This record gives sequence, C-alpha cells and structure tokens, in this order.
Amino acid sequence: MGALSLRGLSKAFAGNAVLNGISLDAEPGEFIALVGPSGCGKSTLLRILAGLDHADAGEILVGGKDMSNVAAADRNIAMVFQSYALYPHLTASQNIAVPLAMKRLSRAQRLPLIGAWLPGQGEIRAGIARDVREMAGLLKIDHLLDRKPGQMSGGQRQRVALARAMVRHPSIFLMDEPLSNLDANLRVHARGEIVELHRRAGVPTLYVTHDQAEALSMADRVAVMIGGHLLQLATPETIYNDPTHIEVARFVGQPRINILQAIAENGRVDFEGMRLALLEKVANGPISLGIRPEFVKLSPSGRSGVAGRIERLEFLGSEIIAHCRLGVSGDSVIAKLAPQEAKDLIGGMPVGILLAPEQAMVFGPEGRRLRIAEVAGARQEPAYV
Amino acid sequence: MTGIHAGRIVRFALLSLGALLILAPYIFMISTAGKTQSDIFTAALSLIPQHVYFAENFAKALDKVPMATLLWNGVAVCGLIFFFQVAVAIPCAYAMAKLKFRAARAMMVLVMLGLLVPIHATALPLYVAFDKLSLLNSYVALVAPFTISVFAIFMFLQFFRAMPDDLIHAARLDGMSELGIVARVIVPNAWPAVTAFAIFSVVAHWNDLYWPLIVISKQAYATPPLGLMYFRAAEAGDDYGALMAATLIITLPLVVAFLLAQKRFVEGITMTGLKG
Repeated sequence: MGALSLRGLSKAFAGNAVLNGISLDAEPGEFIALVGPSGCGKSTLLRILAGLDHADAGEILVGGKDMSNVAAADRNIAMVFQSYALYPHLTASQNIAVPLAMKRLSRAQRLPLIGAWLPGQGEIRAGIARDVREMAGLLKIDHLLDRKPGQMSGGQRQRVALARAMVRHPSIFLMDEPLSNLDANLRVHARGEIVELHRRAGVPTLYVTHDQAEALSMADRVAVMIGGHLLQLATPETIYNDPTHIEVARFVGQPRINILQAIAENGRVDFEGMRLALLEKVANGPISLGIRPEFVKLSPSGRSGVAGRIERLEFLGSEIIAHCRLGVSGDSVIAKLAPQEAKDLIGGMPVGILLAPEQAMVFGPEGRRLRIAEVAGARQEPAYV
Repeated sequence: MTGIHAGRIVRFALLSLGALLILAPYIFMISTAGKTQSDIFTAALSLIPQHVYFAENFAKALDKVPMATLLWNGVAVCGLIFFFQVAVAIPCAYAMAKLKFRAARAMMVLVMLGLLVPIHATALPLYVAFDKLSLLNSYVALVAPFTISVFAIFMFLQFFRAMPDDLIHAARLDGMSELGIVARVIVPNAWPAVTAFAIFSVVAHWNDLYWPLIVISKQAYATPPLGLMYFRAAEAGDDYGALMAATLIITLPLVVAFLLAQKRFVEGITMTGLKG
C-alpha cells in the first residue's frame, strides 16, 4: 500500500476540465516532482490534495484511508506556498509555532489573556517553544526567530515557511513552486537543501514546479502533467531518455528536443537517409521524429550528413548551442556541441547535419511514442574527425 | 536650478493659499473665542482680539454647558457605533471576499444598493419604530441605526480582496477555523483599513446633528453638536464668544486625535486606495 494514492481525480472549472482522471501512487519517503507548463492543473491538484479544494470525481488515499471528506486541517498534510504565506504580523518563531499551538492547545487555552492562566498550558507552550527552536536549528534560522517576515529576505522567508510546514511532522509534504521567488543562484543552492531535508524527514513529498531542470535534479520520480493529463510518471532518467509522449519529450530537456516531420509508410520511416522500422503498426501518414540536441553533430566540411546551414551559435562556456536549418525541409535543428567540436564553426556557414539514427524517437500523429524495431541508415562518421 | 526653485515656491504658495481658505473659518472661530462681546460686534474685522478674553469665554462655556456630559455622550456613541460597525463588517467582508457561497453575488448587489440609500430616506420609518419600542432618548436610538455600515463592508471587502489567498489557505492547513482566521489572521492585518474607516466613521458621527436631533430631546443624551444647539438657543443668545469657546472644546478631541494618529491615517487611506 502506497503512502499516498490518487485514484482518477477529475476537476472542471465552469465546464473546462482542469484535471482529467489523475492517478498516482507515492511510496513512503518518496519525492515526486509534478512538472508541467503553467495552467496544466498541477497547482489545482495540490490544492485538492491539501483539502483546500474539492475534486469532482476520484479519491485520495493517505496510508490507505480515504481523505475526501476530511477537512484540510485534519489531513495532517503540510504545504509550502510559492508566496510562502507567512503571517505578516507574527515573528518567525510565532509563525512556526502556529500549527503546533492549533494542534496542542485547547480552544480555551489559545484565548488571549485568559488562556495564559489556564492550568497545563505552561508545559505545552514550553514544549512548543522547544520544538520551534529545534526546527530553527535544523534550518539554521535561529538568528531570525524574532524578526517579522517583512524584515527577512526571500531566502530567509522560504526557510521559515519550510520550518512551519515541517515542525508538525506531517504525513505528506506538498510544495507549490517554493523556489520560484528566489534568485537563480540561491535557487540552485536551495534545491540541494530541500532534497537533504526531505531525505532526513523521510516524508513523501509532492513538489510542484514548472522548471523541468528542478524536477529532474531533485525528484525520485517525475510526473509530467500537460493539459490536465498525467502523461508520464517515471524516474528522471526514464523521463528524459525514454519519454512515452511527444509533449513529455518536448517539455523535458534544455535546449528542447528537435522535432522533425516525417512520413510513415508501410511501418517504415525514411528521413534524409535514415531508415527506421517501426515495431508497432501505424497508418501511413505524417509522424514526428524526435532527436535530442546532444545527438546532433555538425560536419563543417559538409561532406557527410544532411545539407543545412548554421543560423546562430550560442556560447555557453562548457558547451555551444548551434541553431541550424535543414536545407531541404527548412526544419530548424538545434545541436549541442562540446567546444572542441565547434571550433571550426561560424554563424551562417553551410554544414552537414548528422542525426544519430539509433537515438531517434518516433511519435505517432496523436503524440504517442512508437517503438522502433530496427535502425538502418548510412553510417555517419563523427563530424570533427 | 532656479527653475526648480521657483516651481517649488509657486507650488508651496498655492498649497498655503488653499490651506488658508479651508482653515479660515476655524481660525476665525479660535479668534472669536478669545474676544469680548464688544470686540465681536465692532465694525472692523480683526483677527487678533483687542482684549484677550479666552479664559472668561471658556469659563462661561464650561459653566453654562454640561460639557462633560456632551463629550462623554459623544465618545460613548461614536465608540459604540465604531465597535459594532467593525464587528459586523469584518466577518461579513471576509466571507464575501474569500469564501465561495451562492448568495455572494446577491449580497454584493445589496451592499451596492445600501451605499445608495442615505439615512434621510429611512429616518422617518426608523423614528416611528424607535417610538413604538419606546426607545427614543436612549443610546440605543443613537447607535442602532448605524451598526451595520455598508460603507465599512465595501471598504473592507476591497482591502481583503487584495490579501493573498495563500495566507488563508496556510491558516486553514495550520488548523484554524474560519472564525479563527478572521480573529488571528485578518484582523491583525486589517488595521490600515480599520484606521482609515475609523476617521470616516468617527468624524461623521461625532459631527452628526441630523439623527440626534430626530431621536433625542433630552440634554442627558445630547451629543456635542446637539448640545451646542441647545446652548445657542436657550442660554447663549448672542454671546458668540462663549459659543465659539464651546465649539472649540468639542472640535478639539477630533483635532488632537487626528494630529496624534496622522501618519497612520494617511497610511491607511493610501493603502486602501480610498483617496479624496
């Protein structure tokens, strides 16, 4: 039994389907990244999970128990918001203490003035203060405890928000783009920290992001959501190397995968000297051929490969991105090259574009991946020899 | 450089002139409060009293007008009205701004309609109702008609709409009830709106003569403007020095309160986007 199971969750706003039958199982202690372009329904899914919104259909099971009719507060699900949502009028330590105070103190004990005189509350408050300090130590925010959110930087607020979510030891951890308000340097650093905190807490985590690099680098498994559909849920390696849908292939990877239009005929695809035999039956007609930029090589002499032209070179230090255009079809192709492969290249020059046929992926007209049985094609020698 | 300087002087002069125009009656009131009867009725219009007569005029005002009762009535009525207005409007505006319920749209329409109906339109039926309930000449009659302020609901509604939804979601996840959210999250963060509303409410009801004149006929429940009216009609006659001194006393609390909290008021008004 998974720690968290979603079964066929659907949701529509005013007739527009936002979630279409999302099913997902998280193992205990697993870190799952929900990734997709904005508007794909990932934040809605998170809100439904937290109990802040209701699904039209489907069920949510936490540790085997149905949560559909359990109030948000009683689900023991913690959430970190994109805006951090810290209480602006409370200090950091008061912010972190809120979920504990709501849980451990009775209604009467929480009353201002009167509450402080009720028996038993002193010990509980001391316990809360101890837990807050412990959590602050873990997140290295001890020195911020007396500050209000307005006096903290974005990174500090984010840590306080994490502390507030973690302090009550939730059974599920939800994060809604917690890093998107940080500057780029801090973001990369914070990624590592969140993974480390997750490993220590061992709580199943659902992490929503629109940044595919964040998803690939942090998660045990990545769920790619597009247009309200969960297209693929797999390890980052599988998502990148073996996408099952053209939208997944397009969304993951930077620079984006090259998609070329080709024609399938009698279960075979011929594209510029590359011949692929398909395992699955497919109607004759247009299909898409995907090939990642790192499997595209350029031949400056133009003796081998498909004739094309370099339109623009982008220097990124450790690698060079070449934007090319195929001579015949006019398709644009991006190649990711090592600096020594690119030293003879200049923008505007004609080149031979070599596509590695064994790395090509074929997608059917509706976007589904089609497996390849056999690869044949003119052997292409590496460009830089 | 000199252009900027000249521009500044012109701007400053214009603002000063405007301020002077608006302050002129008040300044004249202060001046009159310090004049003797003969000073007031001379043909020449002078701002500086010839014989400084402040002490005498104030003594007369305090002696002839039950000033303590008037001020206490003013404070009690304004305080009660303000308290009930805020206590009703904050939960109402929170529900309309952040909760989804079927009647929300209808309520919004009602609030808008409520903004359009002046007290003068409902004064007569209200008077009849208070009369039937034998509640004329009481604090209830002074306070009750104003406890639900659609203006307050509208103003807080605009303010709460700007509050992030995530803050309320976080509070719900932390285990707060809706009432807890209002008390622990909304109210502590709503003070700019509350202070801005406080000026509108307190100024309006402190200076209100219309409604007290309708429901009050006994000195004991008179609010400051009504008390002054009694004073003018019954005792002062043409003793304008004493009358102005009494007026000065009843306007003083508002002036002092505004000067003390000026910064917060301005903040509150700019933050809620209610200007002019």
